[in-house]
Amino acid sequence: MARVAGSALLNHEGGLHARPSIKVTQLAKRFQSAVWIGALPEGPWIDAKSVASVMAMKLSSPRPLHFAAEGPDAAAAVDALVKLVESDFAGA
Amino acid sequence: MDRDAARLLCLRGTPVSPGLARGPLVLLDEAVRAGARGLNSAGDEAARLRTALEGARGDLQALMASIGGSEGETILAFQVGMLEDAVVTEPALVAIARGEAADTAWRAAMDAQIRGYHEAEDLYFRARASDLRDMRDRVLRHIAGESAAAIAPGSIVIATDLSPSRFLEIDWNGGGIALFEGSPNSHVAMLARARGVPMIVSLERASLLGHEEALLDTDNAVLVASPDAKTSADFRQRQQACELAKADDARYLAARALTAKGETVQVMINVADGSELEALDPAHCDGIGLVRTELLLRNLAELGDEEMQYRAYGRILKWANGKPVTFRTLDAGGDKPIAGYTIDGEGNPFLGVRGVRLSLLHPQVLTTQLRALARAAALGPLKVMVPMVANPRELDRVRALLDGAVAQLRKEGIECGFPELGMMVEVPAAALTIDLFDADFFSIGSNDLIQYITASSRDAGSLAALQDPLQPAVLRLVHEIVAHAVKHDVPVSLCGDMASDVRCIPALLGVGLRCLSVSPSALGPVKGAIARYRAGALEGAQPE
Repeated sequence: MARVAGSALLNHEGGLHARPSIKVTQLAKRFQSAVWIGALPEGPWIDAKSVASVMAMKLSSPRPLHFAAEGPDAAAAVDALVKLVESDFAGA
Repeated sequence: MDRDAARLLCLRGTPVSPGLARGPLVLLDEAVRAGARGLNSAGDEAARLRTALEGARGDLQALMASIGGSEGETILAFQVGMLEDAVVTEPALVAIARGEAADTAWRAAMDAQIRGYHEAEDLYFRARASDLRDMRDRVLRHIAGESAAAIAPGSIVIATDLSPSRFLEIDWNGGGIALFEGSPNSHVAMLARARGVPMIVSLERASLLGHEEALLDTDNAVLVASPDAKTSADFRQRQQACELAKADDARYLAARALTAKGETVQVMINVADGSELEALDPAHCDGIGLVRTELLLRNLAELGDEEMQYRAYGRILKWANGKPVTFRTLDAGGDKPIAGYTIDGEGNPFLGVRGVRLSLLHPQVLTTQLRALARAAALGPLKVMVPMVANPRELDRVRALLDGAVAQLRKEGIECGFPELGMMVEVPAAALTIDLFDADFFSIGSNDLIQYITASSRDAGSLAALQDPLQPAVLRLVHEIVAHAVKHDVPVSLCGDMASDVRCIPALLGVGLRCLSVSPSALGPVKGAIARYRAGALEGAQPE
């Protein structure tokens, strides 16, 4: 199955803290596809559905965030996550 | 030897809150219980962990529903997310499959997570360590199959240590506490004295498994598990004698505090979260000299909730019925952490960022509290007191925030008062330069003052002897503070444990104090000690 990738600029004050991490994982879990998040375009890739793993990245901002997904709704998942980050986590 | 006598077990300890208690024995923490539960099959242990995770998740979701949208809710959502996360739970389940008990496996898995945050450079990430600890302990309590409600009122609770918030969840009525660790000056010991709950610390280590009943006897500094008939009868007799002595103190309880020479002394009470007031009569005291708001506001959500604070402060003023109430602004830090607010993992928390230092790092949290206090000041005589002030600038900064909060409330057309602003005198730097502070009143915090004067941690049970409140170093400094305040007509009181200790009353009256704020349970005994004091203000025992 095709792998879809995308990226967005993380500009959240304080970086990827509890609230943005929870929003990322809650959104990623809505998709059937496997979804990953990475600090660099070549990985390493972290499971975007695991809040413990996302928080453990301890990412500060501003910095680019990368997403990748594989599965039936991979494109929609990456698109939604990119939009979430671009909206500065305003969406649910 | 009869069967009873064969089982009797007597353990020594250090009494920190006096009294005699008898009740069912409850072994609280998992360290004590590990052996008690025994190890079941791996399948049972895994099921036990899953049930505990579900239970903890249920607690958190109920809490979230009660809080509504706020920073606190985010923290709880984070905890729920962690509990649902296989990355967190899987290592514990693997360890269980290898033959570990559910509690050991969960603790190890969580500690691995906590270490990651504890070592973070970013303060925000580091503060998450205490959220995770909170979550770890919540699940451990579920594994132990015990919640606060499950502890029968009047139990004798045995634990390694006990947190102030845990203490407040338990119905102590007639019960008592014995801790293997703990110290006389910890906040839980202060709470125990305030509620009249007998307590012993530094208890001899021994297994108490299989014992169902115990006597806690602070007169003899012992815990007696499975007492025999003779010990029980003797104990009952002493309990009765103790009741009689209490009745004697009770004669003074309702009366105004007067020395033998007829001088009036104001005796106020110290309050933690306000729940203890239900059992007390405001006519028995001259007001509330200290409300420890950090025990009233226990999480981030409450720190940010002006309405909730306003209502809580209002309830306490209503109880006081026109008598003055002094609210101390948040004194978190030291041994009183608040998840996400206090700084975790400080090398030396009592000398770290606590009290007003922490408040000035979070001016928005302090402003919320000052707004709630200024609004409550419209309901009754309310004063605001700042803890841990070390230099005049800190007090000035709080005064500027209070002025700003009052001005803003008026601009918004919200009814408010303009409370007096005073300070705790508990840091030696402030005590030694008391003339430099622009405070509307002083209140001496003897516990921290003694700890800092004697350079001995109040958590260290073995240093208790260095912390004698009657030593010249303490009495001289207290005398100087009082003399300055009296000379310049600034109200001064003492709200530390020293004021509740009847042995200290003659010395405190002797250095000129005429206002004391005491544990509610000490009202009768302290008024009795005042009544026996014969010297006048200037002829009392002066410090050496």
